[in-house]
Amino acid sequence: MGVEGIGARVTRKEDKRFLTGKGRYTDDMTVPGMKYAYFVRSPHAHAKIVNIDLSAAKSMPGVIDVLDGKELQADGIGNLICGWMIHSKDGSPMKMGAWRPLAVDTVRYVGDAIAIVVADTSGEARDAAEAVVIDYEVLPAVADVTAAMRAGAPQLHPEAPGNLIFDWQIGDPDAADRAIASAAHVTEIDIVNNRLSPNPMEPRATLGIYDSAEDHYTCYTTSQNPHVARLVMSAFYNVAPENKLRVIAPDVGGGFGSKIYIYPEEIVCLWASKKTNVPVKWTSDRTEAFLTDAHGRDHISKVRMAFDADHRITALKVDTIANLGAYMSLFSSAVPTYLYATLLSGQYAIPTIHANVRTVYTNTVPVDAYRGAGRPEATYLLERTIETAARELGLSPAELRRKNFIRSFPYQTPVIMNYDAGNYEASLDAAMQAADWNGFAARRSGSEARGKKRGIGMSCYIEACGIAPSAAVGSLGAGVGLWESAEVRVNAVGTIEVLTGSHSHGQGHETTFAQLVAGRLGVPIESINIVHGDTDKVQMGMGTYGSRSGAVGMSAIVKALDKVEAKAKKIAAHLMEASEEDIVIENGELKVAGTDKAVPWFQVALASYTAHNLPSGMEPGLKETAFYDPSNFTFPAGCYIAEVEVDPETGETDIIQFVAADDFGNIINPLIVEGQVHGGLAQGIGQALLEAVHYDENGQLLTASFMDYAMPRADDLPSFKLSHQNTPCPSNPLGIKGCGEAGAIGSPPALINAITDAIGTNRLTMPATSMKVWQAIHAAH
Amino acid sequence: MYATSYHRASSVEEAVQLRSAHEEGKYLSGGMTLISTMKQRLAAPSDLVDLRHIPALRGISIEGRRVKIGAATPHADVAASRELRALCPAICDLASHIGDPHVRQMGTIGGSIANNDPAADYPAGLLGLGATIVTDRRSISADDFFVGLFETALEEEEMVTAVTFEAPEKAGYAKFNNPASRFAMTGVFVAKTVSGVRVAVTGAGSDGVFRHPGFEQALTSSWSADALANVSVDPSSLLSDLHANAEYRANLVKVMAKRAVAAAG
Repeated sequence: MGVEGIGARVTRKEDKRFLTGKGRYTDDMTVPGMKYAYFVRSPHAHAKIVNIDLSAAKSMPGVIDVLDGKELQADGIGNLICGWMIHSKDGSPMKMGAWRPLAVDTVRYVGDAIAIVVADTSGEARDAAEAVVIDYEVLPAVADVTAAMRAGAPQLHPEAPGNLIFDWQIGDPDAADRAIASAAHVTEIDIVNNRLSPNPMEPRATLGIYDSAEDHYTCYTTSQNPHVARLVMSAFYNVAPENKLRVIAPDVGGGFGSKIYIYPEEIVCLWASKKTNVPVKWTSDRTEAFLTDAHGRDHISKVRMAFDADHRITALKVDTIANLGAYMSLFSSAVPTYLYATLLSGQYAIPTIHANVRTVYTNTVPVDAYRGAGRPEATYLLERTIETAARELGLSPAELRRKNFIRSFPYQTPVIMNYDAGNYEASLDAAMQAADWNGFAARRSGSEARGKKRGIGMSCYIEACGIAPSAAVGSLGAGVGLWESAEVRVNAVGTIEVLTGSHSHGQGHETTFAQLVAGRLGVPIESINIVHGDTDKVQMGMGTYGSRSGAVGMSAIVKALDKVEAKAKKIAAHLMEASEEDIVIENGELKVAGTDKAVPWFQVALASYTAHNLPSGMEPGLKETAFYDPSNFTFPAGCYIAEVEVDPETGETDIIQFVAADDFGNIINPLIVEGQVHGGLAQGIGQALLEAVHYDENGQLLTASFMDYAMPRADDLPSFKLSHQNTPCPSNPLGIKGCGEAGAIGSPPALINAITDAIGTNRLTMPATSMKVWQAIHAAH
Repeated sequence: MYATSYHRASSVEEAVQLRSAHEEGKYLSGGMTLISTMKQRLAAPSDLVDLRHIPALRGISIEGRRVKIGAATPHADVAASRELRALCPAICDLASHIGDPHVRQMGTIGGSIANNDPAADYPAGLLGLGATIVTDRRSISADDFFVGLFETALEEEEMVTAVTFEAPEKAGYAKFNNPASRFAMTGVFVAKTVSGVRVAVTGAGSDGVFRHPGFEQALTSSWSADALANVSVDPSSLLSDLHANAEYRANLVKVMAKRAVAAAG
């Protein structure tokens, strides 16, 4: 294996472009005749649209046209959909209210799109948008999920009485009740998982180009999954058949889930391009992003965890209410169900688990997957609960966890997941050692002497990545399969293009995927190009989310590479008059094992294309395609430890150290994995200490800029101490599990456990701002 | 942003002339608040008269213990001035923690105080120092200058040209950042000046920067953080928002005051 193969700390190939400002993002795309769009949006959280008058706006300077939802509807453009069917426990299907790309009669959140202005400049488009006159009949609004469930609450959709979308359950409720009734100890806790705004560095943007000669559309967009975008826009929104719609997701500046979904703007810009016969570009500004990008989390839960006299967990019972916002976003139903409740066993052997989940409409922006998606909610709930139990039982948090760890694999949980491999104690031990857990008491005394409160907390997380076996998710309601595709194209001189259905928007695929090929063939990494993000180049793919690109996307490349190598070996054997079975590929050569006979890689490639001397009957060329459908999820797991010092005078929390011991299985590029963990930790620490979306009682967004929404910054974070325990994943050929979300999943409970340890009270919700910590200290004393 | 006309004045006279020629115009002195407000279309001046390139408005001059800072002097220059640091390190430290490096290069002391954001640092510094604000037509004491939220004693078209103050015997500033904006959620400036002890609080008052007589009396009797222990802060006149309610701000006012005294030495 070369120095640039699997396991090497290769610096990112794409960084030169990004760091020198040469990245090409959607907003950088300019085509002849292009005009600019601005969306007219609702200033009300809930209102009937009585009348829309576009006439004044249409006569404004530079305006090409102003279009509203009636015209869109008349042209047969469909409503936005949620692509994962969930059935309530009574058997009824989820209650999906209509989400029109441009609202026609009712608006249901501040930011709901109503009309599009197309003009020569973005300034003129915005000027004209202000001249659109809309008469509203303002309706009562509800932003809070508990209030939305009360009798008499404002109703969002006629399809969903009581604003209830579904009332779903998993596990055996009676068995859980029996176990709780006969338990030696029951820990009860209320858990709130705060609502977050994703805030990728690049806001959303789209460029719709209609070619009237070909009746063909091109859509540049900030997407994590351009093929899914094309599929959904073709199959459900009637924008155009797939062969008449090309979707390109060029360089994308971060997604964190928020760029998985199809939003109104892509559809409307494509449609508007046809209506106006000019290319139409829209770029979100930051406040628009706060108002319209799908938010994350927003759960409230009641939890009961039962223990026997020996402190073994006998049952877990969870009742969760999840706020899905004003409409059901593309995967919104899957997040609080199959991505959440299926992880409620955590790292523990829990014989009985029951979870009930109700999802609710409110007059807020739709909520969908955000880095971790369901798994941070499950982890936070479990790890806060077991920590609380340890305190109640007077046990060390490590010992209570250790006692309940799953130790033999495969392990079937009572909530669908079948863990294929793991070694939870290894991560726990590594983390405790790195944190010098045993030296904490002395450090706490030192803090006390300085008037500070010191605390330590841990979190043992597990997540399900490598999403997902297609038949399994299909049986659970998914509208798509979750395999991945790859095509390996060897050029005549031996350079290689790898086409992948994964999409890189910060993950470094251009480096890691190339490492895989470089390592297999022993060719320089510079000779390999990774091609992604264009439906005209890559035939089909399912995109990047859920830490799936390594485990699923790279496994597809492995399969395609297997085929390429098999053919190359046949050619090499033919050229060297050797047996195919004796050919090995090493250092850029195909060798006859045990001899000095070899042909260079490029010569085999050239031979495949000249086709002068191929084995009888062999087709020319060296290019193979593969689809990989995983046989199971992968299960990254680990242990995080946070140590904090709280200033009792101000409630300010200083993170003294943060230890992350992760088991991601085999690692392709440690440098990139560390970067992924750092980023995830920053977001998780952001959720724990700083970030929260706030709406007022009228549904107005109070946190619509960085002046009010607190993002973590470099000086909020400590230097992280990372380590890896590599238990290979048996379910895919590379033995990898995925690392993109772990940091965001595992860190919040570690921090809250540490802070509550420091201040001596368990009553604390995220984000644990200095005010809340100060209040908690004062309430407790 | 709506269309606007930009004028770069090269003298105070020219600036005043330009400003009075445009009824809907505004002075621009860094624009760290004004430009972003305009970008959000919440302000729409027809003309901007940029003051940052007027040589007479820039720079720090010191005579004995008398300090004069030109209105268009950026925060970074105040933070970096060795001469000023030798006389009044507290104001240099205050300037060094305003915003971020970009803001400190562009933002100016005159722009900051003319805007009088209730969470800005300079109003506390100047009120605490008992400074005098010099305009193109008069001098205004800091006590009279800062009137309320984003409100000052400046008349329409009146321009701040400089601030002056007598270097204090001792001074200190302590600030607790808003976690999102990093403006002062509470900032307290304490000074032992020639005319007595002054304590000014920013970021916390529902009517903007204010002096705290109770703290001033306590520190006059005994210049020590402990002297503040039994002085109460009334939350009823303090701001309440997402990040800090009035009770928490009242606590921060006291804690920051103690820390400012400790910093002053």
